[in-house]
Amino acid sequence: MSGAFRIPAAGRLKQAKTARFSFDGQSYAGVEGDTLASALLANGVHLVGRSFKYHRPRGVLSAGAEEPNALVQIVRDDARKTPNVRATVQELYDGLAANSQNRWPSLSFDVSAVNDLASPLFSAGFYYKTFMWPKAAWKSLYEPKIREAAGLGISPDRPDPDHYSSRYAHCDVLVLGGGAAGIAAALAAAETGVSVILADEQAKFGGSLRFESGAMIDGQDGFAWAQAAVAKLAAMGNVRVLSRTTAFGYYAQNFVGLVERVSDHLKAPGHDLPRERLWQVRAKRVMLASGAIERHMVFANNDRPGIMLAGAARTYLNQYGVAVGRNVGVYTANDSAYAAAIDLKKAGVNVAAIVDLRDNPTGPVIDEARALGIEINFGRAVIRAGGKLRVSSMTVQPKNGGGERTIPVDAILMSAGWTPSVHLFSQSRGKVAFNDETKRFVPGTYAQDCVSVGACNGTDGLSATLDEAYAAGAKAAKDAGAKDASTKTGKGAKPKVDASESWSRGMLGAAPGAGPDTTVKAFVDFQNDVTAKDIRQAVHEGMRSIEHVKRFTTNGMATDQGKTSNMHGLAIAAETLGKPIPEVGLTTFRAPYTPVTFGAIVSHARGPLFDPTRKTAIHPWAEAQGAVFEDVGQWKRAWYFPKAGEDMHKAVDRECVAVRNKAGLFDASTLGKIEVVGPDAAKFMELLYTNPWEKLEPGRCRYGIMLREDGFIYDDGVVGRLAPDRFHVTTTTGGAPRVMNHMEDYLQTEFPHLNVWLTSITEQWAVIAVQGPKSRDIIAPLVEGIDMSDEALPHMSVREGKICGVPTRLFRMSFTGERGFEVNVPADYGQAVWEALWAEGQKHGATAYGTESMHVLRAEKGYIIVGQDTDGTVTPNDAGLDWAVGKKKADFVGIRGLMRPDLVAKGRKQLVGLKTKDPKVVLEEGAQIVEDPKQPIPMKMIGHVTSSYWSENCGRSIALALVTGGRDRMGDTLYVPMPNGVIEVEVTGMVFFDETGGRLNG
Amino acid sequence: MLLIRCPYCEEERPELEFRNAGEAHIARSANMAGESDDDFEKFFFIRSNPKGIIYERWRHMHGCARFFNAVRDTVTDKFVMTYKAGEPKPSKLPKNSNEVVAK
Amino acid sequence: MAKAAAKTAATASSSAERRPALAGRSTSATGVKVEVLPPAERMSLRAPEASLAALSKALGVTLPKAPKTSASKAGRTALWLGPDEWLVIDEAGKDPLADCAGVSALHSSVGVSHRNIAISVAGPAAEAAINSGCPQDLSLVAFPVGAGSRTILGKVEIVLLRTAEDAFRVECWRSFSDYVFTFLSEGARDAAG
Repeated sequence: MSGAFRIPAAGRLKQAKTARFSFDGQSYAGVEGDTLASALLANGVHLVGRSFKYHRPRGVLSAGAEEPNALVQIVRDDARKTPNVRATVQELYDGLAANSQNRWPSLSFDVSAVNDLASPLFSAGFYYKTFMWPKAAWKSLYEPKIREAAGLGISPDRPDPDHYSSRYAHCDVLVLGGGAAGIAAALAAAETGVSVILADEQAKFGGSLRFESGAMIDGQDGFAWAQAAVAKLAAMGNVRVLSRTTAFGYYAQNFVGLVERVSDHLKAPGHDLPRERLWQVRAKRVMLASGAIERHMVFANNDRPGIMLAGAARTYLNQYGVAVGRNVGVYTANDSAYAAAIDLKKAGVNVAAIVDLRDNPTGPVIDEARALGIEINFGRAVIRAGGKLRVSSMTVQPKNGGGERTIPVDAILMSAGWTPSVHLFSQSRGKVAFNDETKRFVPGTYAQDCVSVGACNGTDGLSATLDEAYAAGAKAAKDAGAKDASTKTGKGAKPKVDASESWSRGMLGAAPGAGPDTTVKAFVDFQNDVTAKDIRQAVHEGMRSIEHVKRFTTNGMATDQGKTSNMHGLAIAAETLGKPIPEVGLTTFRAPYTPVTFGAIVSHARGPLFDPTRKTAIHPWAEAQGAVFEDVGQWKRAWYFPKAGEDMHKAVDRECVAVRNKAGLFDASTLGKIEVVGPDAAKFMELLYTNPWEKLEPGRCRYGIMLREDGFIYDDGVVGRLAPDRFHVTTTTGGAPRVMNHMEDYLQTEFPHLNVWLTSITEQWAVIAVQGPKSRDIIAPLVEGIDMSDEALPHMSVREGKICGVPTRLFRMSFTGERGFEVNVPADYGQAVWEALWAEGQKHGATAYGTESMHVLRAEKGYIIVGQDTDGTVTPNDAGLDWAVGKKKADFVGIRGLMRPDLVAKGRKQLVGLKTKDPKVVLEEGAQIVEDPKQPIPMKMIGHVTSSYWSENCGRSIALALVTGGRDRMGDTLYVPMPNGVIEVEVTGMVFFDETGGRLNG
Repeated sequence: MLLIRCPYCEEERPELEFRNAGEAHIARSANMAGESDDDFEKFFFIRSNPKGIIYERWRHMHGCARFFNAVRDTVTDKFVMTYKAGEPKPSKLPKNSNEVVAK
Repeated sequence: MAKAAAKTAATASSSAERRPALAGRSTSATGVKVEVLPPAERMSLRAPEASLAALSKALGVTLPKAPKTSASKAGRTALWLGPDEWLVIDEAGKDPLADCAGVSALHSSVGVSHRNIAISVAGPAAEAAINSGCPQDLSLVAFPVGAGSRTILGKVEIVLLRTAEDAFRVECWRSFSDYVFTFLSEGARDAAG
């Protein structure tokens, strides 16, 4: 066997294989099936970490997810260093390497332990009191120091090489917790045939049956019964059994988040296995069977390694075959610790003494302990523990004072009683109720379709638990729609309890060994180093609400969420306040129940699945040509096409000149496209755009402006009328989805009487813009069935026909000011048609150009880009587009907004051109504009630059700007103050090139 | 994630398929151009933002794509009921949560 | 399509080569195969109730009126997407747009053959693979064979059709197809485990 503290006859891992592991570089042997904690304890290692604030040595407290102390860093390789793993949950595998945290230079000698001696400085609320003055020190001194000291463990510093997966699942009955109650509930539900998911955070199902040696169900040992029952469930087609799976959050309408740890327990996880799997389960009924968590006793130095929960010590013995000491003391206020003492004694461990705070308790376990010859002390308290890196003694005193006696021990098992685990119930927005008799909060008012069973419901005793759970399971199945819950006879029957244990209550709050001495460290919250004194002090300093006490002391705010500490903290606060517990109230439990990795939350959404990357049909051609791409929303768009030796400016200059002198090809596929079809199509267009549409002839196009109801420009684009009842509408690339939504909104809710429908055709058509004086020459040879003459196909017209043998919607339109076309072809033909046009283009000196040149060319013509030259506060008039607003129209979206006093007032910002006095200076987009550069700071800003480029075609820089009263300032000189000096600019019209527009037919 | 009953799909569907679309029952005037400044202000800018029952619009964006109306309690975040666009504001609400209308 | 692909000469009279997105891509995991399907003819059909009889007759398939359902006949499937919206998919090479051209009853038909691409997800683990990113209940009770719906996969919109107990057709827009295929591949890998 592995480890000196392994008891060959005890536990359930007798046949298991040896697993080697290391802790802080030291090699040890454990067995498969161990947790890291049980393997360490088997080797006599109790000291596993340092506490957060005082850096006190800490040992293993528990045997489960509630563990506040035994947090370690698991190191698989350079990239896989997981901090804050609970050693009580981490399963051992051969080769596991773990390191302790929060200590330097070593676990047994930690320099920061000086904090413990200086602890008066770190009393409750010390952050709020200590770091107040001087103010300047906060940023330079306090914050960096606090940040350095804060946090547990070391974050991995490389990208996570593991992958994580996620799954949505639906079921009729979701059972959370796989102890006796959960298994019984799942059996009852599953037997009716409804779909069931049963989840438990442990590797092995059974819950407290793992340590309850006295439990017998259906004639067998309780744990064995649990394994058989789960195996039976797993074999049923309607049941999914999830082990190593923690329900971390209970959300609205029975939506529960669970994390399944798929491969953290494996020596060498296969590449196909995710590390964790996020389950998002929607259940018709949820059954909470989350059990109860044992509380510790609050006394001086109750955090010394070797002091642990009695139930945990029992688990280590009965599940893992590990004795947590050779000479143990027991300190309790309830019966369950007796059972631990009895089990250990029977296994050959010396039990030095049981110290029971109660005066004269009676019961079978007490009799049995006495019969085994264990010394029992009633009405006494352990007032402090001795030892530092490991407990060495317990000092006992009558609880009302008197002589002290120190008993040497190497471990203390403690139990103050059991707290129903109502975390998930509370997350479901259920209201807990305080049971005055049993001194515990139990589920009171339910907010969702769920039910609590067993210990988490405050139900005591195995028999009562199974009865309750089995009945509730059947009812949940029925409520979830089971055909007939009573026909299950023959398939299964209620489990029968043959023997069980019964524990009485316990205590809440501080035991006599917790003060009132203010130097005593009697811990309430181990992980956040909160003592009984801190909670009393918080009340003395004026905290009245438990929410304030919690935040002032940080009690229950660590990663363990106060699983062991909340009730003690509450009881101490209540006692200090002189109020009954329910009047003080319980703090809210929030998700997550236990920490969840970012990996599980992110799941698939990383790398290529972080966000869709959209590419056009022509993308592969552009990529092959060496195009540089820019992100426009989710789209990748060709930005420019550099030739050898060209930087962006040279490439753009060349592209822009080529388009004006010869021709250019541009991939405009990303433009939003919407087909508007129906007899009322024109009426609908009249309402959604400022322009008149009724009289637009089929085959013609118009530049349309869309407003919001407030009168500001929302989108724009060229619209072609294909037929009396059919429009081909284009939108901006980024605006496509919201414009579609905006149009649908009006159509469905304001104008539902119109017979018209909208279909997104953005991705149906690849769009190739061919622009420049040679554009017609390039297209014409490839086109069939369309007369390309200026008479038959004038500027702003559209025809349907064929190009390269495939259908096309051919637009004669221009966003460059040159003669131009936009060739729409079905997307799968996009690249082939582009290549054909490219081949033709080569005969005429055509170039491919990207979005940067597109921007420059349109700015040379003063064509705006919505979202760049407008910002949601610009009207058509502001943008110099008043001509596009139908003056005779009775209605359109935005018509009333345009009449608002502020929108017709003088002195609005208007879009104008700017020319720098020095033509070589290119303004910065976003730069502010002032009238007088010598005015004192803060200067009065009268506008800003919206677009600015070097224009090779103009031989100078050009810019567009929104300037207050801009059109009344033509020829004025304004100033753009920049860090390196003031730039002088002249206000001009917006058209910098071919002002008469003759080139559209050039 | 909420479950929202789409009155067109006639079943509850995951919230991810939906988009909220603001307060419901704010009708656009048939004579928009003739609206007074006050009326336009009420129509375009003023929203009730109640604590408790709100009448609001949703769109089953990634489902049937229909806009519809919903009654939701902003305190509990529970849907009381949903109904089709164009249907009048319900004069009476069902007593209990979404259960009543879900079935 | 095969016909189109055969003629590649870039002259006015011949057809340009069709290059569907992700053509031929497929991946397999235990219990599930994810495979890009060949191009199909597709039409977005919008119509009021009164036109359905005429349109059904012209299309040769009865347009379904119940939410989340579809109807199929002779390689042509009509999916109910909304109360006045159907997606018609023809895998037999016949153009539904042409079939509706002569229908005088009020409707809107728009060709979307190239807008969408289809991915088949088939095998016993198909349901789990899709549920890696689709929040709908895909059990046979809630989503039986023939059920069809617009919904979500990860961060994008898809149209989902159950073609058999263990097979689905996933339709998405062309530029989202790489994302959808990659997502389904990851889902398939996980569903297999």
